[in-house]
Amino acid sequence: MGSSKSTLQHIPNAQELIQETGFSPAHIQRLYERFDLLDRDQMGRLRVPDFEAIQELAENPIGDRIIGAFFASGKDTVDFPSFVRVLAHFQPTDANRSRDSAPEPYTSPNRKLRFAFQLYDQDRDGKISRAELLQVLQEMLGLQVSDEQLQSIAERAIQEADLDQDDAISFEEFKQSLEKVDIDQKMRIGFLS
Amino acid sequence: MTAHAGSVRACLAVVLEVGVVCVLVSFSAASDPVAAAAGTQDPGDGGSHAGGEEHHHGGGYRVVQWEWSYVQTPYIIAIWLLVASVAKILFHLSQRFTTVVPESCMLILLGLVLGGIVLVANKKQLYQLEPALFFLFLLPTIVGDAGYFMPARLFFDNLGAILTYAVVGTLWNAFCTGFSLYAARMLNVIDAKVQADLMDFLLFGALISAVDPVAVLAVFEEVHVNDTLFIIVFGESLVNDAVTVVLYKVYISFVEVGPENVQTADYFKGVASFLIVSIGGTLVGLVFAVILGFITRFTKNVRIIEPLFVFLLVYLAYLTAELFSLSAILSMTFCGIGANKYVEANISQKSRTTVKYTMKTLASIAETIIFIFLGISAVDKTKWAWDTGLVSCTLVFILVFRAIGVIGQTWVLNRFRLVPLDKIDQVVMSYGGLRGAVAFALVVLLDAEHVKAKDYFVATTIIVVFFTVMFQGLTIKPLVNWLKVPRSTSRKPTINEEIHERAFDHILTAVEDIAGLQGYHHWRDKWEQFDKNYLSKLLLRKSVYRKSELWEAYQKINIRDAISVIDQGGNVLTSARLSLPSMASRASFPEFTNVTNYLRENGSGVCLDLQVIDNVPGAKVEEDTETHHFLAGNLYKPRRRYQSHYSRHFMPLGEKERQDREVFQRNMKYRMESSKSTRHKRHKKERSLKKRRGSDPKEDSTERPRRNVSWHDKEPVMVPVDSEDDKHSEAEKEDDEGITFVAQKVETPKPQPKTDSAAPQASSSPLASPPSRPLSLDTPLPWKGGVGSPPPCVSLEATKIIPVDLQRAWNQSISSLESISSPPGPPPAAEVVHPRVGVLARLGTPRPASYTPSTSTSVFFSTSSSQLVHGSFLFPEKPPKEEEEEEEEEEESSHELQPLMSTLKPPSSAAASASAAASASAAASAAVDPPVVPPLAPAPASALGQGSKKNPRVFLRSLVSAPSPGSSEPRSSRGPTQL
Repeated sequence: MGSSKSTLQHIPNAQELIQETGFSPAHIQRLYERFDLLDRDQMGRLRVPDFEAIQELAENPIGDRIIGAFFASGKDTVDFPSFVRVLAHFQPTDANRSRDSAPEPYTSPNRKLRFAFQLYDQDRDGKISRAELLQVLQEMLGLQVSDEQLQSIAERAIQEADLDQDDAISFEEFKQSLEKVDIDQKMRIGFLS
Repeated sequence: MTAHAGSVRACLAVVLEVGVVCVLVSFSAASDPVAAAAGTQDPGDGGSHAGGEEHHHGGGYRVVQWEWSYVQTPYIIAIWLLVASVAKILFHLSQRFTTVVPESCMLILLGLVLGGIVLVANKKQLYQLEPALFFLFLLPTIVGDAGYFMPARLFFDNLGAILTYAVVGTLWNAFCTGFSLYAARMLNVIDAKVQADLMDFLLFGALISAVDPVAVLAVFEEVHVNDTLFIIVFGESLVNDAVTVVLYKVYISFVEVGPENVQTADYFKGVASFLIVSIGGTLVGLVFAVILGFITRFTKNVRIIEPLFVFLLVYLAYLTAELFSLSAILSMTFCGIGANKYVEANISQKSRTTVKYTMKTLASIAETIIFIFLGISAVDKTKWAWDTGLVSCTLVFILVFRAIGVIGQTWVLNRFRLVPLDKIDQVVMSYGGLRGAVAFALVVLLDAEHVKAKDYFVATTIIVVFFTVMFQGLTIKPLVNWLKVPRSTSRKPTINEEIHERAFDHILTAVEDIAGLQGYHHWRDKWEQFDKNYLSKLLLRKSVYRKSELWEAYQKINIRDAISVIDQGGNVLTSARLSLPSMASRASFPEFTNVTNYLRENGSGVCLDLQVIDNVPGAKVEEDTETHHFLAGNLYKPRRRYQSHYSRHFMPLGEKERQDREVFQRNMKYRMESSKSTRHKRHKKERSLKKRRGSDPKEDSTERPRRNVSWHDKEPVMVPVDSEDDKHSEAEKEDDEGITFVAQKVETPKPQPKTDSAAPQASSSPLASPPSRPLSLDTPLPWKGGVGSPPPCVSLEATKIIPVDLQRAWNQSISSLESISSPPGPPPAAEVVHPRVGVLARLGTPRPASYTPSTSTSVFFSTSSSQLVHGSFLFPEKPPKEEEEEEEEEEESSHELQPLMSTLKPPSSAAASASAAASASAAASAAVDPPVVPPLAPAPASALGQGSKKNPRVFLRSLVSAPSPGSSEPRSSRGPTQL
């Protein structure tokens, strides 16, 4: 702990981040090391190419989207706090925190869903249109499936989720369609390992 | 009497060497005295005859001979199975009773009763659960079923916990129980007459400590705890086999050589042996999984034996592991888990069903036998070596150490688990540590010479097993309720969930990569890459490899919808919510774990509100039903042979209704296949379209009369249809006119050729048909009852059967049926017989069309293509002259239709020229289709509303209106409704 405290001092806003995201100091430190590693030009911020340099990510069919999710709209760099905030989504939902903190914690199922939702909703209009869904499906399924099949899947999915008949999936509808899924458990990563 | 029994037993001794059936065989010996006591039983006669048989053979020729000894063994086995199965029926007579009392309890009780009868009659118990029978036959069927249908993802997600509990937990239990019992013995809590030293107690601890897969399955399947909890307990019970086997063997050898001769090296050998047994067993299983996957790649032309490969190889995995004294359960489990994905993808739908049902049947009966025999085995004086101290100590220790072990391990595991196990989970896991037949079989196997206290151990084991299965099994349900343990939702994921969860996986993997964590998702992704790049290529058919899992999932969902819709005879579709179960799942539509239930329940349960409407039957409807059934029965005959092959699964459920559904489903499949092929070759078809037109009318002529006849009174329906149209045309912004226009376009060419080729027929048949075919006239199908006997509400309902907004989903559902590969050719009669089915199937074509711009041309094409399909299927009906035109069609669609065509051909020649046959089939179609019709009927109606976007409807309408030119006016006006 002592050593982590000393290194934490290098990290900007470490205490606030711990407070805000619920990460432990060890986590923060670990993530900072990672951040540092990714930040090849040592500018204290990551750019898209930095992410793209991660080899495994290149194989991820929706890797680009996830990279995109790290960048706030209009920005082309990510600093460490934002980096941590995004990752904070994937902690287990902490029942205690969600009550006292006024802003919704990152780990609430709602935020987690929001994160997933925005991966679909590339134009950020609050709706997953048919085209957007198709695009994701295409990326995920690749060449295995014909366009026709993709379309029927998308068709079916939209039809199933689309409650207000606007031919698109709003966030509310998205949430509804995943009502039965334990988002907290599904969207969780072991940060300890 | 005694001499008699002696002779029987002598002859038994020979049979006993067969080993397998030894237990069952001894039944004859038992039945003999039983009969002597009761004086009436048949088997008793058998027994006495077996003894006196030589005399009979000595005499002259006997017309009837008593060959009991010849059939004895299989006969007794069959009788046992029958008794067990009937017992199950009886237990399930009362639904409420079985929800409270687990079946396993009842079976054990039954076994106790049966054993008691035998004992009273015979003064000596003749049966027990023979270890050989158990390990070679009963256990593998259960484990095979469990392994093959193990939810792989769930299993591997929790592999860490499962392994920990199975290995560490079992070792902990074994040692603690063993040592504690020894301590209790030292403290004289256990009576001195139990002659056992430390090794014996350790041995006993080893065999009594393993959680038993059979018992866990039997109890937990009825409790429905959440998946994670179930997989952990059940996975543990399977995997701990390796530990049990090794511990057992090691101790046995130690006991045999004597504890004082055991060297330190032997302990290390024991550890090494554990690694070899477990890893070796797993590897054997995986090797067989690969072989199995690989073999099923090439079974395309021998579909009928596909299921056999599954059974054989899974079983061989078990036997092979047993052969090398590796962990057979592990081997079989991993063979099942490993092969499942590839096998399921490779084999046909029917084979899948076969595998599923057969496995479930076998496993169920094996389980039944195990529990009954456990009960019977207990009623045995020789086993009543009772020591209260030993029994109570054992009971207390296994419970206590199980609980401690679970809590301790969970505490450690929770530090690593993504989803920690909470206290309630731990309680259930501790309490769910059921012991069962494995322990019993192992304890019976003990050698009394080396293990002096064997009898005490056997008695204790029986008590422990009974206590855990009966008491804990009985109380675990209330406990789970009381603790509010999250239950399994037991529902199938919706397509959205399928999509999003896949996305989640990718997200998590990506985030792990970004965060630089080599976590679980990272490795799973690696494995999936490997699987995709190498394994799947090796083990999957080329055609299957192309398909993605999501697409499969999508199709499954659709098929499920389609089946349920059909299953409900369209009744259910009264409200939008209910129409598509998978969608309705959000509204907690019940899912059923096994298909039988699913089908059964759906038949009656879901559609309560519509039932009312359905039950407005007049006398006429009944009559119609009669007629329908009569027709269905008779007209179905040509396809008998095929059907009987199929019927094994479905016939028992619902006689004719089910049969009809079968027909429908099969037809739909084939239609779909064809429509798919045509869809893919749409442009080609375009080319041949003109030619087709020439032959089209022909079919229409054959079809038209049918339709019109059976729908002679659809007037009432018309109105609601229109209203529906209006509603939806508003909603969908579709233009009705456009449709009709397009449809007309298609039709127009038709009439001319038709009049050429089939003018006489066409003109005469429609006009003459009403009078000439009274049967079909009078048979508005029972399902159609609403239409036929026209209470207005019914007709309204009919239009709603598939809510318009769900049309698309319905269409997709139907179309997904095309994926069901059904190798054996479709019975041609069916094709001919079911014009409506065809129509329905054609609905499948919408999909592509719905995505193309809704121009009139696209509509036109799809329409024509679907008609092509129609034509190609109906060709048997056609007079030979048109055959040439057909030929082209055939070639185009032949690849995909291969099986279809091949079987079609021969009958086609027979039936082709017979227009009489056609008309007969027309009548038949009117009668046979009913289940089809309801879902179908609304489709076009609403389709009209949906307009040009939904080509199929256009097509439907065109079909509908097509008759009009050739035939009389009223018909055309009815057109829309007849679909």
